[in-house]
Amino acid sequence: MLALGQDEIAKYPFLADAGQYLKDKGFTLEQFGTDSDLKQLIDKAFDRILVAADGKIYKSDLDGDHVQTDAALPREVFSFLLAIVLLKLSGMHTLIKRFALAEARRAEKYLEKDLANISDESKKQLAIKIIDDLFSVQIEKQNDYFVIPVSNYLKHSINFHEREWKLINRHVENGQVYLTPHETVRLIRKELGTYISTKIINAKTPSMIPGFEDSVNKLILLSKKFSTYTVTTGEYPPCIKHAIEILEKGENLPHSGRFMLATFLLSKGQTVQQIAPLFKNAPDYNERVTLYQLNHLAGTSGSGTQYSCPSCEKLKTQTLCFAIPECNNIINPLQFGKKRS
Amino acid sequence: MKENDIKFVEDSFKKYYFVHFDQIRVPNRASEREFGYQKFNSGMIRHISIKSDNELHLLFMQNIPSDVYCSNAYYSFPNMPMNEKEWKEADLIFDIDAKDLNLSCRVNHTVSICSQCNKISKNSTQCLKCNSTKLEKKSLPCKNCIDASKTEILKLSEILIDDLAVLPENIHVYFSGNEGFHVYVYNSQFQQIGSRERSELADYIMFRGMIPETFGMKKFKLDRSTFPDFNEKGWRGRFSKYVFGSKSKRSKIISELIANGYSSFQKILDDASENIGVKIDPNVTMDIHRIFRLPGSINSKSGLTKLFCQNLSKFDPYVEASFLNDDSIEVIANCPIQFNLKNKKFGPYNNEKVAVPTFVAVYMICKKLATLA
Repeated sequence: MLALGQDEIAKYPFLADAGQYLKDKGFTLEQFGTDSDLKQLIDKAFDRILVAADGKIYKSDLDGDHVQTDAALPREVFSFLLAIVLLKLSGMHTLIKRFALAEARRAEKYLEKDLANISDESKKQLAIKIIDDLFSVQIEKQNDYFVIPVSNYLKHSINFHEREWKLINRHVENGQVYLTPHETVRLIRKELGTYISTKIINAKTPSMIPGFEDSVNKLILLSKKFSTYTVTTGEYPPCIKHAIEILEKGENLPHSGRFMLATFLLSKGQTVQQIAPLFKNAPDYNERVTLYQLNHLAGTSGSGTQYSCPSCEKLKTQTLCFAIPECNNIINPLQFGKKRS
Repeated sequence: MKENDIKFVEDSFKKYYFVHFDQIRVPNRASEREFGYQKFNSGMIRHISIKSDNELHLLFMQNIPSDVYCSNAYYSFPNMPMNEKEWKEADLIFDIDAKDLNLSCRVNHTVSICSQCNKISKNSTQCLKCNSTKLEKKSLPCKNCIDASKTEILKLSEILIDDLAVLPENIHVYFSGNEGFHVYVYNSQFQQIGSRERSELADYIMFRGMIPETFGMKKFKLDRSTFPDFNEKGWRGRFSKYVFGSKSKRSKIISELIANGYSSFQKILDDASENIGVKIDPNVTMDIHRIFRLPGSINSKSGLTKLFCQNLSKFDPYVEASFLNDDSIEVIANCPIQFNLKNKKFGPYNNEKVAVPTFVAVYMICKKLATLA
């Protein structure tokens, strides 16, 4: 584990061992519920969750790299730890997800600042070490940039759907990708969020602590606001329509296209018997082979694995994508026509 | 394929394998790889483990396969079903096929075989006899096809070496035995990356998915200094050469690009893929569980051998990869296209009985353009 200085724990509170931290400071959770001075910290923790639920980043008392007062630092850490206790007591998963994401964004800001820090080498080294320890991303400073091996970059960048993250839109040289401090930190955003949410999910849920009830109840009410339901138009996305057209014309649809069509329709609940006739017009149609392959995809024969419909990104690579404006913001054909409300 | 044709082709293959066992070796770390094979008119048998040259030779002698394959992936248990194999890593692999290069010569040496009535013609859209649109295309690649493929291989190697830090000695090029080449990359930083990462790598190599900003074009606040220059590394440098042509034209062309606007620039980028992108088959590169034709084995689509290319620039597959004997044999050939094998011209044949060397007979039978007389 990393050895952290005082202000580093405030910046990256998720790295601290919560129980140990409280013990070191000489507090128990119960005290926060009863002691009127400490009770403010529960309100502070509640605020921290509220801000996160709103999709914003919690504005801390930390000013730049330095804590304004000695007292601000522990307050900062306590409010984080107490927020986790409140979330665990509420048991509301949507809130945990939102909180983890907001905390990740907050940590991102500090990591970025530390990486770009030219006056304090140790701060930069710590940021590099956090990124390496937590996410096994080895970055190296080269002039104004941070470089990372292409293979390492790809493992993270494939989680992004914006085109700017595609390798082709990066400065690539000699097996390395060149990134600014901002991009370096942005690259691990998802992993940082996952790291924090896993830590929260794996934390033990305490039994209700007197003095915490009000805030917990308010959180449960709050989380109701975020429940969503979806409606579907039922129309097929253009890639699927295109594939069906090709087959209807008796033209050859490549293997990857047949895979897409079959997995899509299977996911939509159609049966192998309903799907098989679609392929009748294919130049190389063979009923036995078609049924065998469809059953294989459905998982009813062979290894039992049920194959899922490829992502839009994969279909683009296979030149099977014929995106229309309605395709914006979806990452898999199965999401086409679904609207959240 | 007819029974007696199969027997003839199998006999020819068997003779080749018997005489050329020195060419058929298991690859490195064979015990971690999956093997598979096919026999004529029959399905694929895969998930086989083969540990030594002897075991491999036994497979050839016992089964006389039409095609033999081996994975580029390494597994803990290569002979188990796919989801129990425990994938470890895979060599990076690229398939460059003449049929994907949009070459103008293709139409001259491609025939269509009607799936309904077996009529062979050079018409590519529908059968002249029964009007069916279910056609199987067979091509007899020419020198231009091979030269164009080699150009793609050189483009690919440049990107692998300069951009992706692959060592030249770790790039091995093989003629696939039919119309293209397989490029293997060993011991690179990419051994352990998965399918989605490989798909990204394929887009990079094919020059696909660019946004104008990467090449200096913006929607607002345009700045001439952000446009790429000739001496830049990677795609910005290559794109400069393509779009500016010469250094003296750079300034003038930047002004034009700015005047024409953002979406026109996007179009230039997309069009550039066809010209400067490498024409690999992305599906092959991103598939980490595929089995590939084993070097040294014969490709049943042609009767030619998959062969390591020691000297790519001089390599002529239609001379060097043809190993079958030249015993004369009579066939009924229906091959409307002339082709070259071992420096000799053959055809065109119009449904006629001819005596040809075995390597020519097998080539045409494998292409479904002849049967034994």
